[in-house]
Amino acid sequence: MGARLLAPLVQTAAIAGAWMVAIVEYAGQLGVLLAQAAGGCCVRPTRWRSVLYELWKIGTQSWPIVSLCSIFIGMVLALQSAYQMQRLGAEIYIASLVSLSVVREIGPVMTALIVAGRVGSAIAAELGTMKVTEQLDAMVTLATDPVRFLVVPRLLATVVAMPLLTLWANGLGILGGFVIGTMKLGILPNIYWKMTTLPLVFKDLGSGLLKSFVFALIICIVSCFEGFRTHGGAEGVGRATTTAVVSSFLFIIAADCLFTAIFYFVWH
Amino acid sequence: MIEILDLAKSFEDHLVLSGVNLTVPTGKTTVIIGRSGCGKSVLLKHIVGLIKPDRGTIAIDSIDITQLSGRSLDQIRKKFGVLFQSAALFDSMTVEENVGFALREHTTMRAEAVRERVRECLALVGLPDVEQLKPAELSGGMRKRVGLARAIAMNPEIILYDEPTTGIDPIMGDVINDLIIALRDRLKVTSVVVTHDMRSAYKVADRIAMLYNGAVIAEGTPEEIRRSPHPVVRQFVEGQATGPIQEGLPDRRILSRWPNRASRGASTGRGGPQTA
Repeated sequence: MGARLLAPLVQTAAIAGAWMVAIVEYAGQLGVLLAQAAGGCCVRPTRWRSVLYELWKIGTQSWPIVSLCSIFIGMVLALQSAYQMQRLGAEIYIASLVSLSVVREIGPVMTALIVAGRVGSAIAAELGTMKVTEQLDAMVTLATDPVRFLVVPRLLATVVAMPLLTLWANGLGILGGFVIGTMKLGILPNIYWKMTTLPLVFKDLGSGLLKSFVFALIICIVSCFEGFRTHGGAEGVGRATTTAVVSSFLFIIAADCLFTAIFYFVWH
Repeated sequence: MIEILDLAKSFEDHLVLSGVNLTVPTGKTTVIIGRSGCGKSVLLKHIVGLIKPDRGTIAIDSIDITQLSGRSLDQIRKKFGVLFQSAALFDSMTVEENVGFALREHTTMRAEAVRERVRECLALVGLPDVEQLKPAELSGGMRKRVGLARAIAMNPEIILYDEPTTGIDPIMGDVINDLIIALRDRLKVTSVVVTHDMRSAYKVADRIAMLYNGAVIAEGTPEEIRRSPHPVVRQFVEGQATGPIQEGLPDRRILSRWPNRASRGASTGRGGPQTA
């Protein structure tokens, strides 16, 4: 009887254990690729032309959607907080709430999720196609390391582009809140601006930008890794693209949780 | 010289190479024949160090490449030129960038000298004025020839050809065959050609080796292979459906049950399994 009751528990524990092992193994493989790419960054010459090209691609692919989403999120934040703040007669704090939320949390995370969907999927699809059409093998036979040639420029471009896009998203998010606050909620523009900047300190901006740097590493390494291990033709490329985006999302949210906790408890 | 000794490789539970022994003499063309999926391309990828074997050695000029990795393996790879079955051109680059890839990566040649060398290689494969095209704008035969131009750009000592005539028309196939012979005669390169095209094999080979069940079962000059008494070799080189090789062939019992439209008359309509 006891054994019959224990069996499902043991089975569940075994499945959970297998999942944990798979996640740790996956993270380990990502770590190896990150280490190889970091090592590749130190080897000269750096392909600055490729870095600039990737930077331009990331910027042009993500900038419009990041801009639109940031403005809308800023507006939504202002309206949602107004819903509560008006009851307390504290509409003036909407500006502070919007600016802190955007700079510390929403700007970096939303930008990372957009870049993961827009750029990460493109990286995984491009490298995956190169893998299934033997272009990566061809590169190796030409005595060229695909990590140095393909991953390093993308990594450098992503870690530069992400903080810049995050700063841009922060600005537009605050602008979205400003539009709603001044035009719909009747807060004076100079008061709104003062209440926006008053609570912001360097730590807020710094923690957001540090997060965006880590998110950039996650997006680039996960997408390149999924591209490199693609197999199975067109279906495999589709699978790699989806996995790259889903895995990036999960790692971004997990890293965000971890960093927010660290900033809260350590850098409080 | 390339010396392959007791090379074995399996993928998960599937044994692909079970102990290949083969010597590729310097300056000669060795053709490896065998059925599709018998491990010819896997063997070729071992020779250039793309796959590590489970067992055995591959010596390139007496250096065992199975023990090498990183830069030391890359130094050996610079001796090679590889023509892939699908040409494997970098589709984000132009033809000129593809052919000049290794020159830009591994030499200190000036841009104009690289362009000149690219033009020379493309002229050698009969493709002038395509430098600025992208691979997607090329036909299958042109892609193969650009792949060949890329393979010879660094003046390699060894060229590996993976199914060089597959997927292109017979005339272009013969052009590729002539290029393989010309490269051997003019540049004195050691060539390994993987193919199941026997016409091509007889034309370009100095020696032919047949791969079957993961091992080399016959090796010799084209004439020796043509006259081989080995039943598997005979079935393969003569392209016969009947013989000792039966894996992957249609089930004759099912084939015999298929309706014979001629005996049932024209009114029986479409073919297919008979119903009660």
